[in-house]
Amino acid sequence: MAIWINEDAKVLVQGITGKQGMFHAGKMVEYGTNLVGGVTPGKGGQEVLGVPVFNSMIEAITETDADATVIYVPPPFAGEAIIEAANAFETVKGEGVIVCITEGIPTLDMVNAAAYVANRANVRLIGPNCPGIITPGQTGGAKLGIMPGHIHAKGRIGIVSKSGTLTYEAVAQTMSIDEGQSTCIGIGGDPVNGTGFIECLEAFENDPQTEAIVMIGEIGGNAEQEAAAWAKQNCSKPIVGFVAGATAPPGKRMGHAGAIISGGKGTAEEKFEAFEAAGIACARDPSELGQVLLESLKKAGLR
Amino acid sequence: MNIHEYQGKALLKDAGVPVLEGVHCTSVSEALAAYDSLGSKVVAVKSQIHAGGRGKGTMYDPQTREEVMQGGVKIAFSKDEVETYATNILGNLLVTIQTGDEGKIVNNLYIESGCAIAHEYYLALLVDREEKSVLIMASTEGGMDIEDVAHNTPEKIHKINVDPNAGLLGFQKRDLGMALGLSGAALKSFYKMLGKMYDMFVQQDCAMVEINPLVKTEDDEIVALDSKISFDENAEFRHKEWTELRDLTEEEDVEIRAKETGLSYVKLDGNIGCLVNGAGLAMATMDVIKLYGGEPANFLDVGGGADEEQVKTAFSIILEDPNVKGILVNIFGGIMRCDIIARGVIGATQSLGLDVPLVVRLAGTNVEEGKAILAASDLNIHPADDLAEGAQKIVSLIGGGE
Repeated sequence: MAIWINEDAKVLVQGITGKQGMFHAGKMVEYGTNLVGGVTPGKGGQEVLGVPVFNSMIEAITETDADATVIYVPPPFAGEAIIEAANAFETVKGEGVIVCITEGIPTLDMVNAAAYVANRANVRLIGPNCPGIITPGQTGGAKLGIMPGHIHAKGRIGIVSKSGTLTYEAVAQTMSIDEGQSTCIGIGGDPVNGTGFIECLEAFENDPQTEAIVMIGEIGGNAEQEAAAWAKQNCSKPIVGFVAGATAPPGKRMGHAGAIISGGKGTAEEKFEAFEAAGIACARDPSELGQVLLESLKKAGLR
Repeated sequence: MNIHEYQGKALLKDAGVPVLEGVHCTSVSEALAAYDSLGSKVVAVKSQIHAGGRGKGTMYDPQTREEVMQGGVKIAFSKDEVETYATNILGNLLVTIQTGDEGKIVNNLYIESGCAIAHEYYLALLVDREEKSVLIMASTEGGMDIEDVAHNTPEKIHKINVDPNAGLLGFQKRDLGMALGLSGAALKSFYKMLGKMYDMFVQQDCAMVEINPLVKTEDDEIVALDSKISFDENAEFRHKEWTELRDLTEEEDVEIRAKETGLSYVKLDGNIGCLVNGAGLAMATMDVIKLYGGEPANFLDVGGGADEEQVKTAFSIILEDPNVKGILVNIFGGIMRCDIIARGVIGATQSLGLDVPLVVRLAGTNVEEGKAILAASDLNIHPADDLAEGAQKIVSLIGGGE
């Protein structure tokens, strides 16, 4: 099953003729992703990596029946690329998944793009400023993003994280106790993004393949606290958590635009407390996520 | 990116938001000329630094550290007082609750006309991450610390969210004005002002606009008496004019240089330098160092695709900090290959003559090649297999920890 993206999902790449787009589209194909086309306005008719390039998303989805798109478009144009994709999926298929990898999109562009997507009930946005989403398969799988494919394996742990490389760390921790992943999602560290923690938790809760969840948060905002409160009421599967930024000083932006403690709010401590109050097993050191997960699995009778 | 009050006032004025007449000065003689040109008997003499709490701050002599004057914002009732205050402020150190003990040297002054205040309010516009929209927040408790108001009397804070599909609507401006108890000419003035301010927020790609206080004058006009404006740095590509508004003396020199080479660096107070790829992992690395009894000297994210040159720059930036007694490199290679990082680390340690302990933890893409390259070098590099081991090693190598 996995969530949102199946192993054999048909995938487009927006910005496929650009340096980043072409490089990562190649890595996606190497992993086994079912790439069916790319979009670069003005470059329609070309072929890249053995798939056709289209001028517009409407045309690309009509021709390929794609299920999802990955955006590698530069920041000035990425907000509009999301809106174009949302419009095209809604118009042509009535549904679709948009994964936006681009870092550095102006926040107000994202306010508009997120509102546009939110008005289209069956269109989902993941990101921006995220590693993407991956559903490992028995062989290959669907890799929609920039994560290193080879560290993953198909399994029963769902992973959701605000951070990129820290997600890889969480994946490696599941592998260290011989557990694979159902789906791994990086929701991104920007102040305004698409899919949030709660939607991921809900999907994992309803996914028969997923038997336990790893949730990685970071400082800033209160998405982690809300997700923890939601999980307490609604989640039956074991959850293991970590929050990055316990040592971050207030008022300083830690790389991600959203990772900033402002007005004393959004501290790691606050988030760890919310996790613990919701019965989420916490690791204070991400190198211990594997062990904490193992204990949670044992406690739930899953090992 | 933050700008000064006087720059923010100019933007507000251009946008049609009422502000008082004021003049930006950098010397006492300019301040005296400003007093004459404003023609207002009472003026405010305001230190221009990016940190808040200026009014309740203290001015010090930067050499002797002796107190010069209480307050970084003063009301002057005569030209003589303007001279005294300007002299006490310019070139001196202003310490406020937001600057930390080191304070800020004040190089800029704003001389502003006085006005007859009937009431002070608080107004802020910012992006609400939960609602994914612009939030407008107002309170009748102007001039106070808004965090205290929110904590003690949350009912006194009124909020509206602007639906990005609809924009800021008339009823929202009216409702907010009425919630502040405004009526008649003052309500009209508020309504008009808020529309202009919202437009400016969007056009200028602001991250936050905070007006504390926003005042109602005795003539029922709504005026922005202070302004704290910050921009969304992601939108810098469409605001070339920001270059002129940036005050580099307000920013850490080394943080600017890091940014220019595509690195994200924040200096901290500890003694273990960190070099990591990814913001989340960089924060986690700092956390784990602390967990094992050490103190991180910095946050440093080399990004997803650093090359040898960037790794070298990262090392040199870390080593500029005299407190650094050891370095922990933590790389989880995704797109970035561990062999490239390993070569970068060796190149940097050789060319910079590294003389502090170095622990390197590599994982992910091409990790075996990376480890082999490090092992084959005759440099004093301590390898680690995971983050916890790396943190424990560097803490014990510099002789710290519990």
